Amino acid sequence: MNIEDLHQIARMEQTQREGFQHRINVCVAAGCLSCGSGQLKEALEKEVSRRGLDNWCKVKGVGCLGLCTAGPLVSLETAGTYYQSVKISDVSDILEALGGKPVSRLVCPVDTAFFQRQVRIVSENCGRIDPERIEEYMAESGYEGLSLALSQMSPQEVIEEVSRSGLRGRGGAGFPTGLKWTAVSKAAGPTKFIVCNADEGDPGAFMDRSVLESDPHRVIEGMTVAGYATGASQGFIYVRAEYPLAVKRVRLALSQAEHMGVLGNNIFNTSFNFTIKVRLGAGAFVCGEETALIASIEGRMGRPRPRPPFPAEFGLWEHPTLINNVETFANIPPIIRKGGRWFAGIGTEKSKGTKVFALAGKIINTGLIEVPMGTPLRDIVYDIGGGIPQGKRLKAVQTGGPSGGCIPERFLDMPVDYESLAKVGSIMGSGGMIVMDETSCMVDVARFFMEFCKSESCGKCAPCRVGTRQIYDILSKITANQGSPEDLAMLEDLCDLMKSTSLCGLGQSSPNPVLTTLQYFREEYLSHIHDKNCLAGACKSLREAK
Amino acid sequence: MKDHSRTNVRSDLNPSRLLTFRIDDRDVSAHENESILTVARQNGITIPTLCHLDGLSERGACRLCIVEIKGINKLLPACVTFPRQDMEVITASERVVGYRKKILELLFTERNHVCAVCVSNGHCELQNLAVELGVSHVRYPYLYPHLAVDASHSRFSVDHNRCVLCLRCVRVCDEIEGAHTWDIMGRGITSQVITDLNQPWGSSETCTGCGKCVQVCPTGALSEKGKSVAEMIKRRQFLPYLQMMRGRQDTSWTK
Amino acid sequence: MDKIALATTWLDSCSGCHMSLLDIDEALIGLAAQVEILFGPLVDNKIFPDHVDVTLVEGAVGSEADKKNILMIRERSRILVSFGDCAVTANVPGMRNRHAVADVLARAYIENADPAAPLSCGAQAGKGSIEFQVVPALCSKVRPVHEFVPVDVFLPGCPPPPEAILYLLSELLAGRSPDMSGKTRFGA
Repeated sequence: MNIEDLHQIARMEQTQREGFQHRINVCVAAGCLSCGSGQLKEALEKEVSRRGLDNWCKVKGVGCLGLCTAGPLVSLETAGTYYQSVKISDVSDILEALGGKPVSRLVCPVDTAFFQRQVRIVSENCGRIDPERIEEYMAESGYEGLSLALSQMSPQEVIEEVSRSGLRGRGGAGFPTGLKWTAVSKAAGPTKFIVCNADEGDPGAFMDRSVLESDPHRVIEGMTVAGYATGASQGFIYVRAEYPLAVKRVRLALSQAEHMGVLGNNIFNTSFNFTIKVRLGAGAFVCGEETALIASIEGRMGRPRPRPPFPAEFGLWEHPTLINNVETFANIPPIIRKGGRWFAGIGTEKSKGTKVFALAGKIINTGLIEVPMGTPLRDIVYDIGGGIPQGKRLKAVQTGGPSGGCIPERFLDMPVDYESLAKVGSIMGSGGMIVMDETSCMVDVARFFMEFCKSESCGKCAPCRVGTRQIYDILSKITANQGSPEDLAMLEDLCDLMKSTSLCGLGQSSPNPVLTTLQYFREEYLSHIHDKNCLAGACKSLREAK
Repeated sequence: MKDHSRTNVRSDLNPSRLLTFRIDDRDVSAHENESILTVARQNGITIPTLCHLDGLSERGACRLCIVEIKGINKLLPACVTFPRQDMEVITASERVVGYRKKILELLFTERNHVCAVCVSNGHCELQNLAVELGVSHVRYPYLYPHLAVDASHSRFSVDHNRCVLCLRCVRVCDEIEGAHTWDIMGRGITSQVITDLNQPWGSSETCTGCGKCVQVCPTGALSEKGKSVAEMIKRRQFLPYLQMMRGRQDTSWTK
Repeated sequence: MDKIALATTWLDSCSGCHMSLLDIDEALIGLAAQVEILFGPLVDNKIFPDHVDVTLVEGAVGSEADKKNILMIRERSRILVSFGDCAVTANVPGMRNRHAVADVLARAYIENADPAAPLSCGAQAGKGSIEFQVVPALCSKVRPVHEFVPVDVFLPGCPPPPEAILYLLSELLAGRSPDMSGKTRFGA
């Protein structure tokens, strides 16, 4: 495979695609699949065949179109129309309407803020290409970045481009990616590893899942570029076992890539070799922590170890290892193709590029969005997100999952970037964004996240192992209207202890939801304690339901 | 047995192999592979520990040996942190001592530590830590979990109510005896040390009956049968000799 | 000099701490000159006075009566001392916490009863259940004193050594806050 071959494949794919007058794309990512889009696609294909329209209309499965709440989603590529909540019974109407006026009852408007305000870099191919065909990825400049890097750039120049982009780790910590790559490239030793962290354990987060289901080659290309830049020849994608579709698509993509010569030995006819293996998680949130992840790949119990030393120097089997998140790797191919400077032109001064968010909770447009860093939170919630259903009042936005915090309504005009989120006591995290309205009890929110951390704590260090349980017990007491004023002081005491003395990030950040709710929604705690009343009216009904 | 010899040299160690730094405003010197804890003890500075035991690999897990280091905003465990030239370590600031007390108190709440009826009463590292840190009572609520006793072995018994999950038993059985009978089951607060695949100790096929685990256990969780209250005195003299003979390097905590 | 008003009591405990108090032996004589014991197992008065300077509370809170009493004692005592491991940590009485109260009672009074001996109410041993009619109901969990009321001084030990008790009382009598570190420990 060389660059001419790549262009040839892309051209052929384009020509073939344009050979069809109509192209119907059905979303077959997990969200829509669970509403029957798989059967819908089959039904469409069968009907197209039955009507003898095989040469005129192409039905294919694509990745996530973003507006998950309106699934199953179908997009008519030539017409630019989107259909929502499509059922098998709609198949005839859809085919009849091809070339003419769209079926009005199914139309999903695309001139809305949800679609227009997104800037799709990571998700640029999601919903447009068939994730199970490498040729379609290649038709969208896929593997061009890798070819460019291998043929025209030295490893050092690749790292410089990444540094120039200002890309920061999208897994949550926001560590400058260029710095990490530099550290690994400088580490001594002939054996190095690239690891893609696809464990995505935050409740409510499904960004990485979508990328792997919708555009897996992007991640593979990004990892291979990283391997070239840092001197690694072996990569691992560590993906949680609860994502079987993502695992299937990644494995398929890997075998296709090897078959095509863009992965494996002598990539693009150079002396660079790089292979990737898939490793499955086994149901532990803590294995998203990099040292626990390493332990898991090595076949040991997934428990973190103290750092320093850092994986960049002592990682997998004690070799230098680069660990980056799925979304981080997904940003690499366009950065190489278009240059770091292009990427740095998007976003804010310290937070460059875009971020994929999984919008969930009390919001009309639940689904996946990608927006430039610095977009005001208000725009995300009300414009892109469509606002709160049933006209309820916004109370808070939770970002960063169990390690993050709850941002009250009064900060709604803040830009969404790493520094601003940290300033209000939250974190960017991996991109989970849960919207809460007046019916959400913030004490119960804190209790929910602490229950999660308690059951996911690995148990190695006492502050987290016992602290999560003690904090959870207190929060349960308070939501059951059995709390006392002393409980608040004990909560703050335990949170401080966990933040300062826990061994790993899980323990250190699990107090964040508690601390931010105590800071911004203290009246709800006090109401539970003194008045034995839930201000949101939520806790009573939760208990009654039990 | 694992091969612990290393060809990779850590770059956070000083290339000139010897360095000087300060602990509690005192100048001390160290070899590159001596942890802050080791150097502190050489200089008569006590830092409380629980999961650490000379001769076993370090875990940095109990968090009792955390110290403050000037210029680093995190508290780091002294047993797994190596000094750099001119580092300034403070071992017993009010903040750190306060945290140590709270961590110890959390340990007391986690399981059922009834000193009055325990074989290790008076010879217990958990008790001693309470005295050392001035813990006269526990401010957090006790959890009172329901935990079992396994007395199926002919000579030893394990009482999970007294275990602090230091994992010394796991380490000594794996690293020194080589049988790896002990391991850990469960996650978080449901963690428990187990023999073989959570089978009764008495029916273990891997246990050699050497009793090292009993001797290294800091509390009365592991004890010899036939000992009554306050009679279980542990004998640890064997450890450093065995470690020396096997030539084990003490950096496998990076695993 | 006015004598200090002292009270002692035992909740869910074995009375061993009181024995240890008495074990200060001849120092009791000196103490008697400075202290007046107004209530407790060692004296006749069984009605807690309205105001006491120091109360030594032995034992954990294990029954509804204990709960009522400790709240009342805290209100009427200037200084409250958690006296011994049962009061400080729930100790041995707390060992029943792993079991439901009904199971504990069934084991103690029904399963372990001598089947041959007839019960005074005429019922058969080994059958029936326990009802709390006159005896105060047991709490589902035995808990330390400080989980119910604020405590001023903690004196761990099972029992605390007599020297420690004497030291504590001497310091309190001198108007100082006693520093018990090194003088006693859990399980002492």
